[in-house]
Amino acid sequence: MSRIERRFAALREEGRAGLVTYLTAGDPDRGTSSRLFAGLSAAGADLIEIGMPFSDPMADGAAIQQAGQRALKRGMTLRRTLAMVRELRCADDATPIVLMGYYNPIYRYGPEAFARDAVSAGVDGLIVVDLPPEEDAELTGPARATGLDLIRLATPTSDDQRLPRIVEGASGFIYYVAIAGITGTRSADPASIANAVDRLRRFTRLPIAVGFGIRTPEQAAAVARAADAAAVGSSLVQRLALNLDAQGRAKPGLVDAVLADVRALAAGIRSARVG
Amino acid sequence: MQVPNTFCGGPDDRGHFGNYGGRFVAETLMPLVLRVEAAYAEARSDPSFQAELDYYLNHYVGRPSPLYFAERLTRHFGGAKLYFKRDELNHTGAHKINNCLGQVLLARRMGRRRIIAETGAGQHGVATATACALFDLPCIVYMGATDIERQKPNVFRMKLLGAEVVPVHSGTATLKDAMNEALRDWVARVDDTFYVIGTVAGPHPYPMMVRDFQSVIGRETRSQLELAEGRLPDTLVACIGGGSNALGLFYPFLDEPSVAMIGVEAAGHGIETRLHAASLTGGAPGVLHGNRTYLLQNEDGQIRDAHSISAGLDYPGIGPEHAWLHEMGRVQYVSITDREALEAFQLASRLEGIIPALEPAHALAQVAKIAPSLPRDHLIVMNMCGRGDKDIFAVADHLGVRL
Repeated sequence: MSRIERRFAALREEGRAGLVTYLTAGDPDRGTSSRLFAGLSAAGADLIEIGMPFSDPMADGAAIQQAGQRALKRGMTLRRTLAMVRELRCADDATPIVLMGYYNPIYRYGPEAFARDAVSAGVDGLIVVDLPPEEDAELTGPARATGLDLIRLATPTSDDQRLPRIVEGASGFIYYVAIAGITGTRSADPASIANAVDRLRRFTRLPIAVGFGIRTPEQAAAVARAADAAAVGSSLVQRLALNLDAQGRAKPGLVDAVLADVRALAAGIRSARVG
Repeated sequence: MQVPNTFCGGPDDRGHFGNYGGRFVAETLMPLVLRVEAAYAEARSDPSFQAELDYYLNHYVGRPSPLYFAERLTRHFGGAKLYFKRDELNHTGAHKINNCLGQVLLARRMGRRRIIAETGAGQHGVATATACALFDLPCIVYMGATDIERQKPNVFRMKLLGAEVVPVHSGTATLKDAMNEALRDWVARVDDTFYVIGTVAGPHPYPMMVRDFQSVIGRETRSQLELAEGRLPDTLVACIGGGSNALGLFYPFLDEPSVAMIGVEAAGHGIETRLHAASLTGGAPGVLHGNRTYLLQNEDGQIRDAHSISAGLDYPGIGPEHAWLHEMGRVQYVSITDREALEAFQLASRLEGIIPALEPAHALAQVAKIAPSLPRDHLIVMNMCGRGDKDIFAVADHLGVRL
């Protein structure tokens, strides 16, 4: 059983949904970023999503675009992202780690070498935003061979004809993008999210995480009533950005401020439903 | 590498030209991209669609554009016989309008009421805004904040035409970021919006569709040269940013083995300086903006900024069909520096009374390199794909002239 499967099984036992937190690797600098990732699990994150910075993140809004720019400016690379995961893995062998980003850095690294190095660093899954099922064979092959989950995205525009194609060969969980739009902009209403999750469940038995537009503990709780996990990214990244000085350096309270938000989100989710 | 029976058969049904092209977009966009593909396939086989496009190309754009024997330049070079395909005489001053009209007619056919586009130099933005004014459609043009500063006249033109120009501050605030922003807009407005891409790049079917719309350039050239000389050209030369004017000229000749083709990329300050826009000469395969192609990028797969004196060539990628033609060896790709292009710019102005855009000035600089040593019966056709009015200020600046 993979870490992702074990974690979702444990959540089912507990009768609650999970919290997936997103932060960009190396934002605002490697030291601060490492301390953030190291604190997430204790603050209540059930799955850790780590953004791989990319110069041209076409599915992301301003907050995550700027996070990537900050990280790249400080010399973040895909290799260093993997090194950061390796370090994190030494301290925590249970929490699933999913890398999220765009295909070009992986393509440049070499899909096979990347899958191999990612697994050996302790990565459990990959979300590659610009790699739809039509194009992802070159990564699913190496990912499957190494035991890495390639997590597929479903969206409000994925209709009943398309969903079978998306869930076929998917593993880990399905990431439902709650809005037709980019990260950190609008929020979907809880009723439409619940409908969408019900519809997805007709096509797959995999756990369903919902992301995009979830900012507050209340919104996370609402999603937690319908889905298996709620993913929060932009609002955490914005909290981080609010704790930078004029030169873009971390102010002393940054890590605590972000982790306090994570604790509030985790509390929201834990209050949502009882098995 | 195996040579195919035809160079005109691509792309395959998944939008691949060999290893290049494809549909590398977010899942939210996939259904839209598939819908554009289906709608275009239907339109392409509908004679009434082509007839409507032809009507506007003839009566509104002013096609066919002349094929002009550049006699004084031919004498000046003292070798090959040089013709210009004069797409700079089109309405709006460049080849871009050929494609914009086609896509906007397709958008109308699909019932899409809101048009978005990206632009670098502003030529594609102006052409899209023009087509939208003609058909009474709201038009939003994304343009890098840096480019808005460099291309004020075109920004004003777009506004006069009724378009909204949205400055893009993200990333490096240039064309690639404008394209990112247009894709972000499209993701958020999936129900009513059509994205008019300006070059032979982006997710399938765009590279094929834009090529088809621009191929009118090559088809006209073929029949015009047949009339003038009674035969095929020997060499075709065109500049390449994304590569739409070049592919438009080349495509109808790809299966004529006697016709040599040269695509001219922008070498900026020189390939060795890294300040250039030559994706094939100085880049590597990668995935960006919906397709796999050659890209300017670093070791980590981060996209590098392009540099060229010509804003229209200032793009870190190239159309996927060019990437494939490059690897097949069917088209030769070379590069020309800012300095060489500036010289050619002045040469055409002085000797032919044609002020070229800086983009085709790159093509002419390549012609200047090869024409002198070619025999007098060697026929070169160069695509004069845009006129230079927009570049007057930039050129004056580079020549140290204060206007």
